[in-house]
Amino acid sequence: MDKPINNRAWFLVLPVFIIVAFNAILPLMTVVNYSVQDTFGNNEFFWNGIGWFTELLDPSTDLGGRFFDSLGRNFMFSGIILAIQVPLGILVSLAMPKKGWGVAACLVIMALPLLVPWNVVGTIWQIFARGDIGLLGYIVNAMGLNYNYTQDVLSAWITIIVMDVWHWTSLIALLCYAGLKSIPDAYYQAARIDGASRWAVFRTIELPKLRRVLLIGVLLRFMDSFMIYTEPFVVTGGGPGNSTTGLSIDLVKLALGQFDLGRAAAMSIVYNLIILTTCWIFYTVMVNVDAERKS
Amino acid sequence: MRTKHFILAFYLLFMLIPIYWLVNMSFKTNAEITQQLTLWPENFTLANYTVIFTDPAWYMGYVHSIQYVAMNTVLSVAFALPAAYAFSRYRFLGDKHLFFWLLTNRMAPPAVFALPFFNLYSAVGLFDTPLAIALAHCIFNIPLAVWILEGFMSGVPREIDETAYIDGYSFPRFFVKIFMPLIAPGIGVAAFFCFMFSWVELLLGRTLTNNMPISSIMTRTASAAGMDWGLLAAAGVLTIIPGALVIWFVRNYIAKGFALGRV
Repeated sequence: MDKPINNRAWFLVLPVFIIVAFNAILPLMTVVNYSVQDTFGNNEFFWNGIGWFTELLDPSTDLGGRFFDSLGRNFMFSGIILAIQVPLGILVSLAMPKKGWGVAACLVIMALPLLVPWNVVGTIWQIFARGDIGLLGYIVNAMGLNYNYTQDVLSAWITIIVMDVWHWTSLIALLCYAGLKSIPDAYYQAARIDGASRWAVFRTIELPKLRRVLLIGVLLRFMDSFMIYTEPFVVTGGGPGNSTTGLSIDLVKLALGQFDLGRAAAMSIVYNLIILTTCWIFYTVMVNVDAERKS
Repeated sequence: MRTKHFILAFYLLFMLIPIYWLVNMSFKTNAEITQQLTLWPENFTLANYTVIFTDPAWYMGYVHSIQYVAMNTVLSVAFALPAAYAFSRYRFLGDKHLFFWLLTNRMAPPAVFALPFFNLYSAVGLFDTPLAIALAHCIFNIPLAVWILEGFMSGVPREIDETAYIDGYSFPRFFVKIFMPLIAPGIGVAAFFCFMFSWVELLLGRTLTNNMPISSIMTRTASAAGMDWGLLAAAGVLTIIPGALVIWFVRNYIAKGFALGRV
């Protein structure tokens, strides 16, 4: 089904274009502007070329070292949570009831963490994981394990990962649930007649149907985990030391804390480019999967 | 079968226990919180909630938050509707690039925009108004709304449009009278997502105002010397309630919505 070509459709898109451009292009121009200039204060700027970028991308400088450390931590974080959330989400979606009152109950409870403001997510876990007043911290400490997320790097990481799993696994589960519901019953009946095992049903019927929603899920989870700011900011403040400082926290420190505009702007641009490239790859794959399905 | 129930029950408990702990704490006195660990409030108190509902510094935070979230939801959906229609029905010059460009704005980290937004909205005189946050949140909500609505609209056969035009409907009348009722669930889901992402966002809201959103008021309190845990918990509980209400209304479409209408 080919869509007709009609350039007047631009008029329908124009309002969106204007409002997003106002929000995106003007600020981006500012960022680009800052990234190639230096200042002595008093609003006097002079040309600095690619100075900030070379400093940023050279790991031997202060700024570069800091940048690559944060970047590494961010990739590690995204990798770990994807590795946990995707299988767990699929598992939960398979375990959900297909009909009856249980469906609505499950959906509502599972969607609840998604609607909690991000700083409150932080607050919840900040309280819940504390050794003195939080249930989790108290129990883990009572079991004789040394767990303290404000002092110990490993504890801090575990806290943040468990928090993110709590916060976002439901997204994957809900996506997969929607995908599973779209599989016609006839498929399962055919599988039963063939005497297919549970695993075979999953491999050959369910997983192919889930591929599309999983791509959306992975895309959303990747970009949101890669720009995570609020939750770790509230729970650990990026510490202990810098051990849970991701790029976003680092960038805000640099831009709004130290007002180091040139360096912050250069970092913004590189940060943005990394996300865009990764998402572009996901997006292209997604569009191709779409095309494959239609043909 | 048994493992299935076990997994589900375990997962739902995992979802609920941290929230229960927050609710539990909001009904305790600070003395009880810090001195012993109790599984339910032994000295049940509503004092924490009273503080929030009587102190304008607190309850105005909720009012401001609801203001900008409502403005943003209306703006995003109203702007996204015609655009999504264009994307789902026509091909036009640069459509694919435009669509991807819109999505890139959903992908851009708010941290990147914090400082330039501060400059921009100060320059146009909107700093410290709910409208500034509502407009700023459009940067990620409009692309999302377009994406979701486009998915739902593509599910409506194009014959319906053509029949309506043959019957003599003008485009605006057709759109409002026939097309919008057809994609009502999609509009609901898009509004839900705009609400959700505007409601949960902190960084831009905090940067563009002097402590207007409730989320930013909470962070300020949290960092003040001598934590008032009970008050913090009560404020947290109150921020969860609107979300829970909204989920209840869209519960039947929520799964499809998370798949962006593309199942």
